[in-house]
Amino acid sequence: MKKKDPFVHPYIPNSVPEVKTKMLEAVGVKDIEDLYEDIPEHLRFKRELNLPEALPSELDLKRHVEKILSKNKTCQESISFLGGGCWPHYVPAICDEINQRSEFLTAYAGEPYEDHGRFQALFEYQSLMAELVDMDIVNVPTYDWCQAASTSLRMAERITQRGEVLVADTVAPDRLLAIRNYCEPVVKVTLIKHCPETGLLDLDDLKAKMSKNIAGIYFENPSFLGFIESKGQVICDIAHESGALGIVGVDPISLGVLAPPSHYGADIVCGDVQPLGVHMNYGGALGGFIATRDEERFVMEYPSRLFGITKTSVDGEYGFGDVAYDRTSFGVRERGKEFVGTAAALWGITAGVYLSLMGPKGMKDLGQHILQKSQYAMKRLSEIEGVKTPRFASAHFKEFVVDFNDTKKSVSQINRLLLKQGIFGGKDLSLEFPDLGQCALYCVTEIHTNEDIDSLVNALTDCLTSKDE
Amino acid sequence: MTQKEKKKYRLRENFHQAKWDEPIIFELHTPGERGILVTEAEPGVVEAVGNGISALPENMIRKQGPALPEVSQMRILKHYLRLSQQCLGADFNIDIGQGTCTMKYSPKIHKMLAASPKVTEIHPWQDESTIQGALEIMHKLDIFFREISGMSRFSLQPSSGSAAIFIMASMVHAFHTFHGEAEKRDEIITTIFSHPSDAAAAAVKGYKIITLYHDEDGLVSVDALKEALSDRTAALFITNPEDTGIFNPNIAEFTRLVHEAGGLCGYDQANANGILGITRAKEAGFDLCFFNLHKTFSSPHGCGGPASGALGVTDDLIDFLPVPLVDYEDEKYYLNYDIPHTIGKTRGFHGVFPVILKAYSWVMSLGRAWLKEAAQVAVLNNNYLLENIKKIRGAASPFAAGKHRIEQVRYTWEQLTQDTGVTTEDVTCRMADFGFHLWSSHHPFVVPQPFTIEPTESYSKDELDEYLEGLRTVVEEAYEDPEKVKHAPYRSVVHKIDHSTLDDPEKWAITWRAYLKKDGKDKKE
Repeated sequence: MKKKDPFVHPYIPNSVPEVKTKMLEAVGVKDIEDLYEDIPEHLRFKRELNLPEALPSELDLKRHVEKILSKNKTCQESISFLGGGCWPHYVPAICDEINQRSEFLTAYAGEPYEDHGRFQALFEYQSLMAELVDMDIVNVPTYDWCQAASTSLRMAERITQRGEVLVADTVAPDRLLAIRNYCEPVVKVTLIKHCPETGLLDLDDLKAKMSKNIAGIYFENPSFLGFIESKGQVICDIAHESGALGIVGVDPISLGVLAPPSHYGADIVCGDVQPLGVHMNYGGALGGFIATRDEERFVMEYPSRLFGITKTSVDGEYGFGDVAYDRTSFGVRERGKEFVGTAAALWGITAGVYLSLMGPKGMKDLGQHILQKSQYAMKRLSEIEGVKTPRFASAHFKEFVVDFNDTKKSVSQINRLLLKQGIFGGKDLSLEFPDLGQCALYCVTEIHTNEDIDSLVNALTDCLTSKDE
Repeated sequence: MTQKEKKKYRLRENFHQAKWDEPIIFELHTPGERGILVTEAEPGVVEAVGNGISALPENMIRKQGPALPEVSQMRILKHYLRLSQQCLGADFNIDIGQGTCTMKYSPKIHKMLAASPKVTEIHPWQDESTIQGALEIMHKLDIFFREISGMSRFSLQPSSGSAAIFIMASMVHAFHTFHGEAEKRDEIITTIFSHPSDAAAAAVKGYKIITLYHDEDGLVSVDALKEALSDRTAALFITNPEDTGIFNPNIAEFTRLVHEAGGLCGYDQANANGILGITRAKEAGFDLCFFNLHKTFSSPHGCGGPASGALGVTDDLIDFLPVPLVDYEDEKYYLNYDIPHTIGKTRGFHGVFPVILKAYSWVMSLGRAWLKEAAQVAVLNNNYLLENIKKIRGAASPFAAGKHRIEQVRYTWEQLTQDTGVTTEDVTCRMADFGFHLWSSHHPFVVPQPFTIEPTESYSKDELDEYLEGLRTVVEEAYEDPEKVKHAPYRSVVHKIDHSTLDDPEKWAITWRAYLKKDGKDKKE
């Protein structure tokens, strides 16, 4: 490769020709090519990579990327009612202040000496989440809720030594795909029906499918479709009677007002930390949590890092380290529990900051605001002719299904018309929940003002009477 | 070397890391303090629906609020800033001691770009017309990776390298299921110097794992592979260069033999940093490969994530990729869910977009010429260190004596330990006193008292020299006064940690509340 100038890239200090020469001399070769002696000729890539010309000037790069990004229209530039596992919540300034710190942003796998702060911040995250879910053990976050739910089910398989799990058919469709792929072919996944009127788990179907082969039953609360499963205790009791575990996925931001699953019999609780101080980021900033009781049979089945507090050689000094490291794949490869690696630690630290800021009062106030705002939205929307919400006759938290079957338009037509008015309508459920027909999942949180909701109501009224398609 | 040059680096003998003796956040609790207030629902809303809570079923109302600490805002800020100062990020140290992890510079402009509302405030289910920018970046990065690897198609869904390995195992299973051979082909072969997840993630999919060991050259022999292959072979998962930094020159023969036996070949390219533009997965005969965007492609490690993997496959495997892929047609980018034999999903939504954006920016800032230059300088830096570390008393680089390495080297302190009793762990603790991080290596310690150094292209010669000076100084101390090294660190955040409680179910404390219970001082009111 010929380069015309001794151009030195700012990210590659030793591309300075004089330095390079000096280092080559120290190594005892004439050319860097000589260092690749082990790569046989037939494997050498001979031509230049067909990639764009470099944009080594920072300003050029910034212009280039910003130009592409400007094609995105954000939820701030519109009114968005999308949620479903990637939720719009207010992110306190301090959350970003902390997770943008170079010390946290660029740290990785330092020892508990020089990275004491990382260990403490993640230990505190575990501890704060533990209070929220009211359980004694929480992991360093895994990738996301999909992974947390999948691992919870595999933990249940190992704890009970049974090969089948039951999953509510109202769980998020993405999550169900992930669970199936993660469990099969080792663990069989069987769906449990829901009651068409209330959305609640069909207890008769559950009882019929319960057997001594069932490791656990998994349901979500609030469910993906927004309703609150009020029979959690009955479901967990049915599981326990057969020696299975109750596993509940939960939106942690609901837990200032909603009873945590541990209060109605859950043995394993999981979910996503994204609502706790992390921006939506196109669904690319998720972090899965898993919580259990402090029992050896549970703790030893976690694949994740678990940071523990301990003492040091100096009296009164806190130290931290990995608990039961030898259960992990880092310790014993395929003999470990599933696998562990880089996941979502920074979002865990951020969620810790968020919970510290909110405190018990903040979580309750926020939960209450979300309940009020979403109930207001349901009330207003149901005043529109032909629109029915909530579709399920149950209590809801921040999401709810809006039924458009009695209008003359499909959800996709409605959403197209709303988009013209700067509104991102709710998620179209018609493909993934065909039994619901033309229904959409709407999400309303503290970021929505009553004007936003009024705008939605007006726009919907307009487009339902409009002749446009 | 002139006198002036010699002084360009200096060991930081007066270094001391920030030490705040910062309490645990729960110890800052003062009832009544508030960190932040929540906006209240408007009067019209309250009038219409009341307090909101009364609509809940009684049994679903939380009776007692979570026992979170109550702390004022500035105190919380101070708390976390102090914790951050007690954390040695890659932006602070010469972060070459964390081999296998490719700790390179993560440009600050990338952080700025990723903090734009055009990234942070977009939702994955927005109408495609409103999200063309995000889709364009994903699609173009896919095309860059096709060129860098020679593969036909990339999925950016993997949450990490290990997640990509799990997806490879899932696709191998789907592929053999499609060909009616899934039950018969129940073994995946890997090597001991490939990442632990190559074995562990494959096992989650139900595979039996066969781990091949190296011979005296540090390489797995063709004969060892032949012996492991059979009609039960589902796939080979391997890194190359392996974690020793040695490139397996027989790799094309490996993939040929695996294919002959009916298996697939998955390439763990966590160690790709030294071979960009030099050699590719395709020419080596692989069917699947993946890059770690938080390693080779510069995204920061975030204390252990967010990460992202990019999984590439040949034509034969595209139909099994997770959904959705990003495609381009009629001047529009769109999410393509029409993948006939897809394994489904392994993560919510479409991938770790902020990390994907940073990787895209990195490739754009280097372009066709400098990507290869980055790889070559990383290799030069590595061999420069190798040449110097070999000369340090008590250190050695096992295998392939006299040969060069690619981007990292697995070294050993075996001699040092024999001579002085000072172990790798002791050396890492003492290095912390000079502001350095040194890691041992992945388990099992096939190489006794191991350490793995991977300098990447990001560090200047002066910085490499400073690090070498650190190693030399600690070794000198070990020979003169081993006890001094064994009781280190002295100038880090904390002193020698008592690990004895961490493996004892009666004593381990994974949360503050568990600690209070077990330590017998439950202060909860």
